Amino acid sequence: MNDITVFDESRRQFMKGSAALVGGLVISFYLPMKVGRAYAAEARPEQVYPPNAFIRIARDNSITIVVNKSEMGQGVYTSLPMMLAEELEADWSRINIESAPVAAVYNHTGFGMQLTGGSTSVASSWEQLRRVGAMGRILLVRAAAQKWGVPESECRAEYSQVRHDGSGRSASYGALADAAAKLPMPVSVPLKDPKDFKLIGKPTKRLDTPAKVNGSAQFGLDVYLPDMLTVLIARSPVFGGKVKSFDAKKARKQPGVRGVYQVPTGVAVAATGFWPARTARDLLEIEWDEGPGAALTTTKMRADYLALAKQPGAVARTEGDIAKGFADAHQYVSADYELPYLAHAAMEPLNVVVDLKPNHCSIWTGTQAQTMDRAAAAKVAGLKPEQVEIHTTYLGGGFGRRANPRSDFVKEAVQVAKAIKKPIKVVWTREDDMRGGNYRPMWADHIEAAIAEDGSPLAWKHTIVGQSIVADTPLEGMLVKNGIDVTSVEGAATLPYVIPNLQVELHSPKNAVPVQWWRSVGHSHTAFVVETMIDELAYLAKQDPVTYRLDILPIASHYRKVLQLAADKAGWGKKQLPAGHAYGVAVHQSFGSHVAEIAEVSLEDGRIRVHRVIAAVNCGMVINPDGVRQQVESGIVYGLSAALHGAITLQDGRVVQSNFNDYAPLRFSEMPQVEVHIVESSEHPSGIGEPGTPPIAPAVANAVFALTGKRLRRMPFDQESLV
Amino acid sequence: MISFKLNGNNTRVDADPGTPLLWVIRDHLHLTGTKYGCGIAQCGACTVHLDGAAIRSCVTPVSSASGRNVTTIEGLAETSLGKAVQSAWRDVDVPQCGYCQSGQIMAATALLRGNPHPSEAQIAAAMEGILCRCGTYNRVRAAILQAAAQPGEGK
Repeated sequence: MNDITVFDESRRQFMKGSAALVGGLVISFYLPMKVGRAYAAEARPEQVYPPNAFIRIARDNSITIVVNKSEMGQGVYTSLPMMLAEELEADWSRINIESAPVAAVYNHTGFGMQLTGGSTSVASSWEQLRRVGAMGRILLVRAAAQKWGVPESECRAEYSQVRHDGSGRSASYGALADAAAKLPMPVSVPLKDPKDFKLIGKPTKRLDTPAKVNGSAQFGLDVYLPDMLTVLIARSPVFGGKVKSFDAKKARKQPGVRGVYQVPTGVAVAATGFWPARTARDLLEIEWDEGPGAALTTTKMRADYLALAKQPGAVARTEGDIAKGFADAHQYVSADYELPYLAHAAMEPLNVVVDLKPNHCSIWTGTQAQTMDRAAAAKVAGLKPEQVEIHTTYLGGGFGRRANPRSDFVKEAVQVAKAIKKPIKVVWTREDDMRGGNYRPMWADHIEAAIAEDGSPLAWKHTIVGQSIVADTPLEGMLVKNGIDVTSVEGAATLPYVIPNLQVELHSPKNAVPVQWWRSVGHSHTAFVVETMIDELAYLAKQDPVTYRLDILPIASHYRKVLQLAADKAGWGKKQLPAGHAYGVAVHQSFGSHVAEIAEVSLEDGRIRVHRVIAAVNCGMVINPDGVRQQVESGIVYGLSAALHGAITLQDGRVVQSNFNDYAPLRFSEMPQVEVHIVESSEHPSGIGEPGTPPIAPAVANAVFALTGKRLRRMPFDQESLV
Repeated sequence: MISFKLNGNNTRVDADPGTPLLWVIRDHLHLTGTKYGCGIAQCGACTVHLDGAAIRSCVTPVSSASGRNVTTIEGLAETSLGKAVQSAWRDVDVPQCGYCQSGQIMAATALLRGNPHPSEAQIAAAMEGILCRCGTYNRVRAAILQAAAQPGEGK
């Protein structure tokens, strides 16, 4: 048995288990964490974090890095290990990845729980993981120096080896791991000067690619336990509806069916596989008590929202004297905007595997929210959170859906496991997933704006209507300030343009449709609204849209930097575009990162065709430039799908759309060329998973205006109007 | 009992003949590289080869595989073309979440088998049915072009 440093009894079992498998060094440490700039407001300086365990070094010199964030495509299984390996001086070619179990030690340094979201993974781990790596390196060098009887200062570490150049000696980390594990934790842990980085900042291939290319990557749906049953649930066709009565006689007779159970969310059919479960579910006869949700119809809701947008709301931001601003106006414009509910529609439909025993519950699922899910599961199972184990698989896309603040899919699966008393896998069909709610909220916005005689904006009044994502969830306290859900107004209340008289107001109506964060959250709607209206003001002022923005953005801001870079790279105002093509531009900041996008657009048979997108981003110091490019490409595609196609609508409480035939993501032939230009920066890293999404819809809408003189103020874009 | 060759191995399954091949591959045989995405042939995540042609296993009854050759992502590396495509995929670093990638790779390999040097338009036509929510399409194209440029293999 190797000597393992542990500080926390609850962690002991995990570490013993791990070390027994591989041997060697387990790095644990006690570190009052410095938090990233993005979380400084929430950080409690007195808070002392529990010990961490992120590295295991085996005697064969392979290194396993335990990653405490969920890999959903955004590249954290590569970018986070890069930060740690940089300081550890590890041989990158021998790095293995393991997903972290649920434990306080793996909490997000800003959120105080295990959670992947808000484009914060790199930013919140930047200090933490480099220090973990540096601690490991210091201990290994110390162990080598002691073994050789030489001063530590004469030893150096590289490629998972410690070398003493004076004597020509070297030892692998694997050979030093046992001795290093017996040393006390270092007190001082200096970090590298960025100019000495070998990995950070270099384009680096994803560590998860090989498994995703040969089919071996395990997603939640790929987990099979012995004697496991597959469960499909018939849920209410109307949000908030309940089972009144049901008849399962026909369903029970289907081959392969092992039971039909009423559960809180509906009627569950357990069978030997997906197909018998699905076939049997179709034969259920259920009478629903639909409740007030049955009154919801999109056309009516839209009219109600737009009417509400003309009423005074809760004030999210106010500057100057809005009434005087409008009184002094030279020219005035007002507009309504409508944006629909959006499904995340990740390629992997939701699913959860549960093995519930009397004193223990094991869960396998692709979740972004381990701590909340574990608490919810424990509550349902009547267990302590420590008795619930969550194995985080690869996520076949997350986009926010798999961080449900009500833990909807995990909670439901444990309810089913309780009823069935066998290992189960709850599978959502695509239709279940599409109609399962937890959508990006539907929004209506009203903006009134005025310009002065010189064209500069004088007054701006923006009223937003849409459900609060965090109302009535455990996160309400953190994210609702003075009656304003900050995620509802982000990107609008943070409007960067210098406008002397400005007011942003919010209405947060409630209804039965569950809503949730969807890639870029509030920014997914506010960027479209504000960046198309700013464009409108530029035209009203008879000025170039890029020049106009540069003139009214704060001097020396990152907005200007990315806007100028995108304009330069696109040849804005200079490059001769093919006949029938036009550029449109938008710039937006979200999750600490600034992104400008210029879209080259034409109309083909009256349909919008996006040929090329030139993006410029500033996300602080870049860990993996190739990862940044991937994420900006990805964010653009996600936003473009919503701009051109995406809408979830309701008719008498029922979701009209059901599958990819009527909720259409962007397809191959619609994909524009994408160029990503990264601003070199030495600032603290900021988000990149989401910030590529917000600017694309307004950039395309502004290009369509340049082409046609028609303003698009509704998403998805009304392309019929362009013919 | 239904018999077919799966990745070169004789396979017999006791399944209702109407069961989609996808669920036989996954639930009966526990080969999980082939994915469920939509169940109605809209997304292509379930793409496998039936006698070398790309098909949607989610809408193909297992009975129609009887006596034929089924290849999944797990068996793709058994041909030099399959290897070349997977190698191009790694080289271009195509996947993000990765869930659709088995389907992308199976469709791309079937394309290149029938048309070793496809034009960009032919690539678009062949890949139009395979959805990716992460937006890897440009890298998919780059990987296909790279695999197509591999010299002199017995494709």
